[in-house]
Amino acid sequence: MPDLDTSPPVSDEIRKTTCYMCACRCGIDVHLTKGQVSYIEGNRDHPVNRGVLCAKGSSGIMQHLSPARLRAPLKRTGPRGSGEFEEITWDEAYNLATKWLAPLREKAPEKLAFFTGRDQSQSFTSLWAQAFGTPNYAAHGGFCSVNMAAAGIYTMGGAFWEFGQPDWERTKLLMIFGVAEDHDSNPIKMGLGQMKARGAKVIGVNPVRSGYNAIADQWIGITPGTDGLFILSLIHELLKAGKIDLTYLARYTNAAQLVNVNDGPDYGLFLRDADGKAQILDRATGKPVPFDTPAVTPDLAGHMRRAGSTYKPAFQLLAEAYLDPKYAPEAVAERCGIDASTIRATAAELARVAFDEEITLDIPWTDWKGERHEKMTGRPVAFHAMRGISAHSNGFQTARALHILQILLGSVEVPGGFRFKPPYPKAPEKHPRPHAGVTPGAPLDGPHLGYPLAPEDLLLDANGTPKRIDKAFSWEAPLSAHGLMHMVISNAHAGDPYKIDTLFLYMANMAWNSSMNTSRVIEMLTDRDDSGDYVIPHIIYSDAYSSEMVAYADLILPDTTYLERHDCISLLDRPICEADAAADSIRWPVVEPDRDVKGFQSALCDLGARLGLPGFVNEDGSQKYADYADYMVNHERRPGIGPLAGWRGEDGESEGRGAPNPTQIEKYIENGGFWHSEIPEEARFMKPWNAAYQDWAVKIGLFDAPAPYLFNIWSEPLRRFQRAAEGFGRTQPPDHLRARLKMAMSPLPHWYEPFEETATDTAEYPLHALTQRPMHMYHSWGSQNAWLRQITNTNRLYIPAAEYAKYGFAEGDDLALVTSPHGQITARVAPMAALNPHTVWTWNAIGKKPGAWALAPDAPEAKKGFLLNHLINELLPPKGDGRRWANSDPVTGQAAWFDLRVKIEKAPKGTAQTPSWPAQASPVGRGPETLAYGQSFKSDPST
Amino acid sequence: MTTLPDHTEKKLGLAIDLDTCVGCQACVISCKEWNTGHYGAPLSDTDPYGADPSGTFLNRVHSYESQPETGPAQLTHFPKSCLHCEDAPCVTVCPTGASYKRTEDGIVLVNEDDCMGCGLCAWACPYGARELDALAGVMKKCTLCVDRIYNDNIPEQDRIPSCVRTCPANARHFGDFADPNSNVSRLKAERGGIALMPEQGTKPVNTYLPPRAKSAPTGALTPVAEEPKGFLAWLDRALEAL
Amino acid sequence: MHPAPSVIFFSTFSGLGFGLMAFLGLGLPDVTGWVAFTFWFIAYACSVGGLLASLFHLANPKNARKALSQWRSSWLSREGIAAIATLLTAAPYAIGRIFFDTAWQPLGYATAALALFTVFTTAMIYTQLRTVPRWNTPFTPALFLAYSLSGGALLAGQPIPAALLLLVTGALQIAYWWQGDAAERDPESTVETATGLGRIGATRLFEPPHQGDNYLLREMAYRIARKHAVKLRALALILGAALPAGLLLVFSATHLVALVAVLSHITGLLAARWLFFAEARHVQSLYYGL
Repeated sequence: MPDLDTSPPVSDEIRKTTCYMCACRCGIDVHLTKGQVSYIEGNRDHPVNRGVLCAKGSSGIMQHLSPARLRAPLKRTGPRGSGEFEEITWDEAYNLATKWLAPLREKAPEKLAFFTGRDQSQSFTSLWAQAFGTPNYAAHGGFCSVNMAAAGIYTMGGAFWEFGQPDWERTKLLMIFGVAEDHDSNPIKMGLGQMKARGAKVIGVNPVRSGYNAIADQWIGITPGTDGLFILSLIHELLKAGKIDLTYLARYTNAAQLVNVNDGPDYGLFLRDADGKAQILDRATGKPVPFDTPAVTPDLAGHMRRAGSTYKPAFQLLAEAYLDPKYAPEAVAERCGIDASTIRATAAELARVAFDEEITLDIPWTDWKGERHEKMTGRPVAFHAMRGISAHSNGFQTARALHILQILLGSVEVPGGFRFKPPYPKAPEKHPRPHAGVTPGAPLDGPHLGYPLAPEDLLLDANGTPKRIDKAFSWEAPLSAHGLMHMVISNAHAGDPYKIDTLFLYMANMAWNSSMNTSRVIEMLTDRDDSGDYVIPHIIYSDAYSSEMVAYADLILPDTTYLERHDCISLLDRPICEADAAADSIRWPVVEPDRDVKGFQSALCDLGARLGLPGFVNEDGSQKYADYADYMVNHERRPGIGPLAGWRGEDGESEGRGAPNPTQIEKYIENGGFWHSEIPEEARFMKPWNAAYQDWAVKIGLFDAPAPYLFNIWSEPLRRFQRAAEGFGRTQPPDHLRARLKMAMSPLPHWYEPFEETATDTAEYPLHALTQRPMHMYHSWGSQNAWLRQITNTNRLYIPAAEYAKYGFAEGDDLALVTSPHGQITARVAPMAALNPHTVWTWNAIGKKPGAWALAPDAPEAKKGFLLNHLINELLPPKGDGRRWANSDPVTGQAAWFDLRVKIEKAPKGTAQTPSWPAQASPVGRGPETLAYGQSFKSDPST
Repeated sequence: MTTLPDHTEKKLGLAIDLDTCVGCQACVISCKEWNTGHYGAPLSDTDPYGADPSGTFLNRVHSYESQPETGPAQLTHFPKSCLHCEDAPCVTVCPTGASYKRTEDGIVLVNEDDCMGCGLCAWACPYGARELDALAGVMKKCTLCVDRIYNDNIPEQDRIPSCVRTCPANARHFGDFADPNSNVSRLKAERGGIALMPEQGTKPVNTYLPPRAKSAPTGALTPVAEEPKGFLAWLDRALEAL
Repeated sequence: MHPAPSVIFFSTFSGLGFGLMAFLGLGLPDVTGWVAFTFWFIAYACSVGGLLASLFHLANPKNARKALSQWRSSWLSREGIAAIATLLTAAPYAIGRIFFDTAWQPLGYATAALALFTVFTTAMIYTQLRTVPRWNTPFTPALFLAYSLSGGALLAGQPIPAALLLLVTGALQIAYWWQGDAAERDPESTVETATGLGRIGATRLFEPPHQGDNYLLREMAYRIARKHAVKLRALALILGAALPAGLLLVFSATHLVALVAVLSHITGLLAARWLFFAEARHVQSLYYGL
């Protein structure tokens, strides 16, 4: 046998930073050999991924070395969309941007619309936008999953997603709804693996049995858009059988709070005392007492009269609503595409595990009323849900229904259930309200985004006109907590509610897969007015790669790759905390850029200084933050609270609170790029009501005072909006929206048919059409990655196998015409048996525009890949009432891209690809013809 | 030497859990990443940004759809790499002696200095586990990360194949099948690990833990009442009992 | 299997060359001097040319010399050794025939035996592969030897033996196809055994592990349309066996008839050899749903 060196050197050096191949934020060990990135593996010590790494993470080398990387600032020379640019210097780029932006700031700051895409620095970018003074700022949450986020916050002060996680260690039954892949990419896989190893059970509810649903022990192939109905039917069954956690409901939720049930303006509002405290009925005395009175057992049913009004506990209203036979399994089965017996059995299984397999931890704790409990009782049933339920026009109420289900089972924030991750839980009242108060030449009057509690919190001017370009926080989308990025371009193009001057985007491929109705968006971006000027006069865009959107911008600020930049994954923003610990992390340049590029946040520091934005200049007018790293260390949001929580204080010994520490970044680097601080044992569960948790949160700087709260099974804020729609109060919606809002803003979750379905002839368009990202590309920055694109570079439309032959398709590469009420595309098809019979689906964002991403114009992504986006409209089909209604959730404005209805037919022979595009010029050239990555590490005779 | 050893001291290999693999492709890329920079020639890619991208990978994940007699169809993600067979036909057919099976641990390797790129070993392998590199012209295959598992430059707990270390769902297990008490032997016994294409007589070392039987609960809850009124009466009793 | 021209050319012409050598070794035809030179030249040109062609199949031919080392286990190694031994043994015998007008017959018999053994080793390279059910049958070496002998007889100008051998070859070819088709109808390995998922139920590929090409698909997933195959089989049978045998049996063996018969046979053989690869399915393609 040959003499084999089984102990060769691995690399010259390891540098530890944070991955950015998706939003998961895993810790990575970046190996460098001869100064080049030679291997990336998961950081074993890192709280998020504990050493594992997904396909995206491991392919980071190819992303880092992508030929699509932008090399210098670019100024457009050809028409928009041509891809023709000239390279300019950063000074020229800043001068141009300042020339456009400075006059806006002085006269009309709202004429800048600044929207960031998959931005992980929103607390920074929003600060910049606030300092500029424009109300028009948000990230991409509006078309991502705001229904999930908002429903969670309003119901229980946090959602699935990044806000919490199943108790992977202890849960015995996990039910996932509409989960394809998620932000918590690796933690979910690790958790499922942990559950599988323990023999715990997973139920997958999804029209498509792929990915996580493929390994689920049971698959419920639900019909899209009906999850809410299914969940309410489960609730119906549980209530009917008394399988609910009454102790939990009485103690930790507003179930006992007394609700006015008289028709009229006060219907649905809580009975409050003079201090404004909601009242509950003391079971012992039958008298109302404030909800936070210690040692009271409240009644959950009954009624009382006060000042001519009748009040009932919220729980009774809930029970009356859901015991209605319309939620019986038989009544919903056909609509949901689930057998009644399956619904019944699922409810029984949930109840069995929650109540018969109860777990207890012998950890004493003290609640917010000062009552001590000797143990923590756990209901080992956990839920997780994602866009499959939220990207529908009934997604907000569906997500809320799911939260109510887990609350009724008593499984939120208990051992074995769903657990929050700091800075959550956080009551809706503790979140800010949205702001849009513009003063030319001055900052905005407060943070852009927030959680309205009443119609008075909406961002409307005296005439009721929306203040924001995306019409967020208007009656069209009252609780649009993440803004409505998907409406910006169409509203700006239409000049509705007003025209803008400059569209400033970061990391958002709005000219392609991040827009609905892509073809029309491209028209809007390139449309000119009568004088021949572009309707949207200026577009500034920052991206690291030559994406489709680059071609449509006038000025490009080239970003770095994730291995070349500073970043903070901050507690002020969307940190990497776990249920048991607070944590944040950084990115730092483990390799220096070899191009004339700059981290976007550093560019904003420069630009902010040139514009003289408060907070970005010193008192003498000089630039305040040299770059983003400087900001990360020295910015203080509140005294002692900065972007990074670790190693604060002049001595670097403090956590959470403390003065800026000039060596903070070095400390992070020494520690592997992250900071991690465990929550004390007695504070790890029951967090909203746990005094020890509240005190810890104050200590660490999450809050400035303890902020315990109750879960909202009855949502009073929603009722306040519903009440306005009924014609009560100062701020009321326009008449055409009243009926819809009265229906949608229900204080108890309910189910209604998705709007697109109602507006569409479902006999003509019989199929639901869905998309999901493949795990190896989820939330990843383009598919031009040389390794990943070999796995997936062409997508097919999967059609239920039983229906496949009916359309005349044979095995192979048949082409179909796919038509929605909004358009038609061609798509290659393939059969799938493990699929809801009324549903077709495809991998999303595989199709690329010819010439983008430094790919050859005849790349399969351009020639065979397709986007369903062309079939989706941000508006519903015309109803004949003279209005075009938004294709979005009426509560949050979340884009309802999963409501899409289509028909398919076999394409006649010779049908050309539709739509098709001329190739755009590539401002970065093309990639190499071959790759043999690693050769250069081996060629040196010394190794 | 392309005759097979009569006996190997260890039988190192993988237990791949088809009940847990979610098809995320992490192992595929981690393998590519490690091996393009380490053992032997790089794993090259041709036309990586063009119309027909194609490259060498040592591990690939297929997915299959199976239709049981009753119940819905099932999807299984199926990672596949060299199975390090005891009777490895790829070794014995090799004319140059490049292919060999190590006596100490049973790992099947290609000594690239001897390989003439005839491809016969790939023809002899029933599993499609060997790929001829288009640029280097030598046969590439899974080495079970032989340059990691004994590597003193790597922390001890990481002396496992790159694919195993990276697998987020923990669906890949590495160990010695010759030791009945090893993690992989126990998993194989407990979960009924199977050999792929046993009829080929290759005696693969790697084992596949088949998907567990899917289940659908039956049964239903017993109502406490049929009417809201009855429910409220139950509620009153239940609250009294708290 | 991918019908690579280099391998088709190699097996076709080395088979013909060694077949002719076998006849020449037996002293058929019994010729000397320039005539012998011509026969031996053809034999060497075919066999050496075929062997050289096989080098084009190698991706890393600089290591080709090492291919002789593993004769204990490898049929490819054995083939290389057998071919060289044949060529070396034949050389003095041929020299004797050409220049010395003499037949060192023990060498001649050895040449004939070695030549046929070489053809056998070539066949065994394919026959041994359990992964290719169409090849993994005793018909494969029988067929290779039959083609080699009938081609050799044709080239050696032995009309009646050639005609008879061609008919035998044709029959063996039919038998080979028949057994291959039967093996394919009732395969030992299926996607269910390949994946072990047969225990769940009928299984099919849902998504391949990569889109587009790779080595495995290029090399081992060649598929030929059924209609196309039937036509080519007829062509191979008629041109390869029936026509040359008929010509030899019906007409007197003139040079023209012999030339037409040889060209017809080679064309038919090339078609048969193309089908030998193109029709052969490799079990690994089951993983790709092929």
